[in-house]
Amino acid sequence: MLKKWRRLKERITPTDIVMWVIGGAILALIIWGSTATIAAGRYNSHHWFDFVIFGLAQGSIYALIAMGYTLVYGVLRMINFAHSEVFMSGPYTAYFVAAAFYRSDFLDQHPFISLLVIFLVAMITSAGIAFLLERIAYRPLRAAPRLIPLITAIGASFFLQYVFRGLYGSGFQAYPVVKIFEGEWAFGEFRILRFHALVIVAAALLLAALYSFIQRTRIGKAIRAVSEDKEASYMMGIDVDKMISTTFVIGGLAAGAAGVLYALMFKQVHFFMGFIPGIKAFTAAVLGGIGNIPGAMLGGIFLGLIESVGPSLFLDGLGIIAPYQLKDAIAFTMLVLVLIFRPTGILGERLAVKKA
Amino acid sequence: MMAMLEIQHVHTYYGNIHALKDISLNIDKGEIVTLIGANGAGKSTTLKTISGLLRPRHGTIQFEGEDLTRYLPHEIVAKGVVQVPEGRRVFGRLTVTENLEMGAFAITDRQVISKNLERVFALFPRLKERRHQVAGTLSGGEQQMLATGRALMANPRVLLMDEPSMGLAPVLVDNIFDTIRQLHADGTTILLVEQNARIALQVASRGYVLQSGVILLNDTAENLRMNEMVRKAYLGES
Repeated sequence: MLKKWRRLKERITPTDIVMWVIGGAILALIIWGSTATIAAGRYNSHHWFDFVIFGLAQGSIYALIAMGYTLVYGVLRMINFAHSEVFMSGPYTAYFVAAAFYRSDFLDQHPFISLLVIFLVAMITSAGIAFLLERIAYRPLRAAPRLIPLITAIGASFFLQYVFRGLYGSGFQAYPVVKIFEGEWAFGEFRILRFHALVIVAAALLLAALYSFIQRTRIGKAIRAVSEDKEASYMMGIDVDKMISTTFVIGGLAAGAAGVLYALMFKQVHFFMGFIPGIKAFTAAVLGGIGNIPGAMLGGIFLGLIESVGPSLFLDGLGIIAPYQLKDAIAFTMLVLVLIFRPTGILGERLAVKKA
Repeated sequence: MMAMLEIQHVHTYYGNIHALKDISLNIDKGEIVTLIGANGAGKSTTLKTISGLLRPRHGTIQFEGEDLTRYLPHEIVAKGVVQVPEGRRVFGRLTVTENLEMGAFAITDRQVISKNLERVFALFPRLKERRHQVAGTLSGGEQQMLATGRALMANPRVLLMDEPSMGLAPVLVDNIFDTIRQLHADGTTILLVEQNARIALQVASRGYVLQSGVILLNDTAENLRMNEMVRKAYLGES
């Protein structure tokens, strides 16, 4: 016991102490802020309900994008920083389809068919970009040191941003409004914006489909096998290159769908629109434990909720004006805290233990 | 008659390191051939070269008249040359059944897969009991069963076994070698790589002794057991 304590003492460095102090201070601030907010009673249950619904909608979009990061990290052990552009390329391309539908009134006459086509165009575009990205930019560097594909990913990210800027222009394009998803549905005394409900339901269906694909199908199992041990996968007769391509395509499909949901929610597209959601989804993947598939989903939803509920709950009580402006600060503070106190992420521990 | 698997004058490099120097060996149908040697002699390198994970710089590997060096690893598995990797390398986060399904990845016929699954479960009843368990939680002996079973799922014509006895208790080693004998009796051709020369020479009909990337000896198992040098260096006798 004494020996254990001494060993522990040797392992704690001054940096650790500073980190714990920072963490403790933030925790104290959160508790103080939350109690003050609740005591002040400025928000009623309807407000909190709205925050939670918005958080779920935003979070499920993050979760879909985070799947791409975490799946690719699984098979290649690299962060695909160009994934934000994979996300952007789909809805931006589908915008032209959506705008044509809108002008011809087809969108309002057949909203479901239109949405289906918009989703398909976006998902196929994003998947295609992701596939080409892996083929052209990453595969030739498979044997290179790990830093090199990472730098290539950042380069590819810029390349894609400016290609789409060149193709589609540098302005914001307003995404058409789908009329039947305007307005709200009432559940007793609570109300939900229809397009929030659409986003949550669509994202939940897609996440469930993705998860069962990875868990149950032959290809999904092979992707998990490749994530675990590439060489042993080769020995089993798995075409590892094909599985890596498939992983990028799946990540692209999810990102394209997430992109349309994002565009419908915020009603615009832009060549730079991928950056913030991309980095948020990366944060979500790290929160959940990068490489861990349920972790990415959980991390995304958690991040969305924290971003939406956090500003009012933690900051309002501290007397900060317009706390919602600080939602990004809250999101990235979460990332820093997780990296300090639980570097493996929320669900990452079992994975880390097993590798050791 | 030509051997089933014939390796001729193979040279394999790791970067500039010359790991295999002019290796030639052959295996006939239905035979157990062993490749013995110390750590770092090039045993695993030989198997990886056959499996296509490493490309030989010179030389040919003929399997039933086809040159394997022109194929990718997964194509070689589809041809029936299947490896049980060193250290078992089961997929720890997949269940036992999922691991076995991965072994049959090259096979698309579902009926063949379920037939093979039954065969593996008959050979290793332990795996059947634990089929829903995650492979990372199995014991070492069970993992070796799983690694062997996983390779059998691919309908191997030649089974390449890399150190099946590694890290196992003696009683489990006996079990694994009983399995190898049984597979041999069923007609499977086996190339067995072992550090444990004593037991390898008991099951094999012929053997090769590898040292520093060179084949030093090539003889029947019986003659190798009698060989002065083998007895001193690999059987630990004086």
